[in-house]
Amino acid sequence: MKLTGAEILCESLTRLGVRDLFGYPGGAILPVYDALGKSKLHHVLVRHEQGATHMADGYARASGGVGVAMATSGPGATNMVTGIATAMLDSSPVVCITGQVSSKVLGSDAFQEIDITGITMPITKHNVVVTKAEDIARTIREAFLIASSGRPGPVLVDITKDAQQASAEFNWEASAPKLPPKRIRNNHDQAEFDRAVEMLNTAKRPIILAGHGIMVSGAMRAFERFVRAGNYPVAMTLLGIGCFPANEPLNLGMMGMHGEAWVNNAIQEADLLIAVGMRFDDRVTGDLRTYAKSARKIHIEIDRAEINKNVKVDAALVGDAREVLERLTPHIETRDHGVWIRHITELKGDSAVRDIQSLPDSGHLYAAHVINDLWKETRGEAIIVTDVGQHQMWEAQYYHHNQPRTLITSGGLGTMGFALPAAIGAKFAKPDSEVWVVVGDGGFQMTMSELATIVQEKINIKIAIINNGFLGMVRQWQEFFYDKRYVATPLVAPDFAALANAFGIRGERITKRAEVLPTIRSARESAETVLIDFRVEQEDSVYPMVAAGASLSDMIRRPNNPLVETATEP
Amino acid sequence: MQTLVAYVENKPGVLNRVSSLARRLAINIDSLTVGPTENEAVARMTIVAHTDERGAHRLEASLEKLVDVLLAENISTRALLERDLALIKVSADQQNRPHLMELIKVFRARVVDVAPESLIIEVSGTVDKIDGLLEVLRPFGVLEMARTGRISMTRGGDLLQPPTVPAESPEAVEAKSK
Repeated sequence: MKLTGAEILCESLTRLGVRDLFGYPGGAILPVYDALGKSKLHHVLVRHEQGATHMADGYARASGGVGVAMATSGPGATNMVTGIATAMLDSSPVVCITGQVSSKVLGSDAFQEIDITGITMPITKHNVVVTKAEDIARTIREAFLIASSGRPGPVLVDITKDAQQASAEFNWEASAPKLPPKRIRNNHDQAEFDRAVEMLNTAKRPIILAGHGIMVSGAMRAFERFVRAGNYPVAMTLLGIGCFPANEPLNLGMMGMHGEAWVNNAIQEADLLIAVGMRFDDRVTGDLRTYAKSARKIHIEIDRAEINKNVKVDAALVGDAREVLERLTPHIETRDHGVWIRHITELKGDSAVRDIQSLPDSGHLYAAHVINDLWKETRGEAIIVTDVGQHQMWEAQYYHHNQPRTLITSGGLGTMGFALPAAIGAKFAKPDSEVWVVVGDGGFQMTMSELATIVQEKINIKIAIINNGFLGMVRQWQEFFYDKRYVATPLVAPDFAALANAFGIRGERITKRAEVLPTIRSARESAETVLIDFRVEQEDSVYPMVAAGASLSDMIRRPNNPLVETATEP
Repeated sequence: MQTLVAYVENKPGVLNRVSSLARRLAINIDSLTVGPTENEAVARMTIVAHTDERGAHRLEASLEKLVDVLLAENISTRALLERDLALIKVSADQQNRPHLMELIKVFRARVVDVAPESLIIEVSGTVDKIDGLLEVLRPFGVLEMARTGRISMTRGGDLLQPPTVPAESPEAVEAKSK
């Protein structure tokens, strides 16, 4: 069957199971858009190509499948860069398809020509230019395969306009992926495995560091069995949240810069770290010279390049988390860690008392209240998509996730503007799930144009803006480390509720704690998107905190009475 | 200094990916040579990098993550044969020419071009040997030099061959990833 390159692309995407894709048309991708109109694929018109990549990313993270973003050449392609880098740093399987000028004028600085494969080389898992219609089907299949296998990541396919227009024979069977033959590596030898087993069975104070890799591998059940077999306490990275239910007593919560002090202290006192699908990011370890000095370390990780990168480990079990955990679990003989777990409980000390949730209502509205009420009201079952900054950390602290893939957030790159578009993508992946955006007033203003996409697509998501009138996390650093010199952090914003109305979206503004629950309830009852502008305390800070580069043992604890210390008159 | 060997797909852009990766990892490349292998679809690289063992591991593992890299291996601690080749144009007049020829003989180099005012000397061997020759040639006046950079091969039965069979058929992986 003879088809044009553009038709081959649409047919290939359909056969690969794609339903929805996110993009923005333009000259060099027009043949594909013409073919899209005749296909069964649903195209979501975004308002900026960065949004398309975040939507594809949100789609991928919520579904576990591949997300697809599309853009034209030149500025369309370069606008994708931030979204591609976001997906790269968080190992998210995204396939980006860009139009390119005709192969005959490649390299001539033609209108809207840019070397997008050159630009995205260090931020994609792989990228490729296609100049022939007959190469499109195979290349797209390879792109999906590369994006989703091993440690996932973004792949960009740049297709010249003449390749989209030319006709070629379409034969799905004959266009199977043909990737270069790779060496088969022995992931780890038996001695390494035995050493890990010996460490597991002799540790007195073990702790698991659970990361995103558990979710990516689909290892949740294998992980749970492993945890129960050894009775190990579990600390989670930001992206690991959801891999093990928050309501499990063995789940300690998030570790690292804004982890609870007892979690970080437990890591510092442990004699064995069992790192699973995580990469010892600096936000997790603090100062490496003082990190978990008395602990031996086992690293279960699919990416060899992560082994001994930041932290030198004693046993590296390279491989898929599920396969490695399933092999390890039957060898666990020791599970008596009662003394150690009781000790960790004691480390909690007065933390719970200092927690803002335990303090009486003073009429002030704190972000923690909003998040905690949202958690209670949704019974922890919603998909929460956050942006980056203070609200992101409060979400991680106060929204307790019991299910995998219910927290979607930009971890590695820390991309402001991620939340709104990523939530749109998540909603397309999980149309029957309740999706909430939790976003700051700074990040929201970066990509709020996607409100129009929500309206055009008639989708139902809920948006909670944690509005403190500052670029809050930067302001917090200025407060702690720059003597409260608030340079370029006070932030003027529009009336978000009125803005929502202008888009045709219901908007609410909340200033009192008592209004939080009823408003969340009424938003949930609505079948349409609702935006709620929560005007929270302006100079509240995220506690506890490990300063950048400081030791994990050196935490800035919560003030004794944050209400008195940070509140202004309402 | 660490020595890595890589087999890569012999197609445009691969060298860029490899060098870009080293740059991203902040690893300075001392020399990088690429040449064809007996299989025309595959090229072989020898990469000599200014880094320690840990950096070399990271480079090796990161290289193997590139789709177009079939195999990458740090061979620094293995028994190696290493060769560098240099063409050195040195000024030579009637007077010092005999002296030059003496040195060339000692270093088992050869003269490949003779002109009234200069000679081109071809020398191959270890980096140290070429550096040694260069040292003694300098007083005569080195006018120009071209070096290939190091190529390395593990000795004897320690084989480093490009893989030919895919680790797992792409179809199987594709099916699994769905």
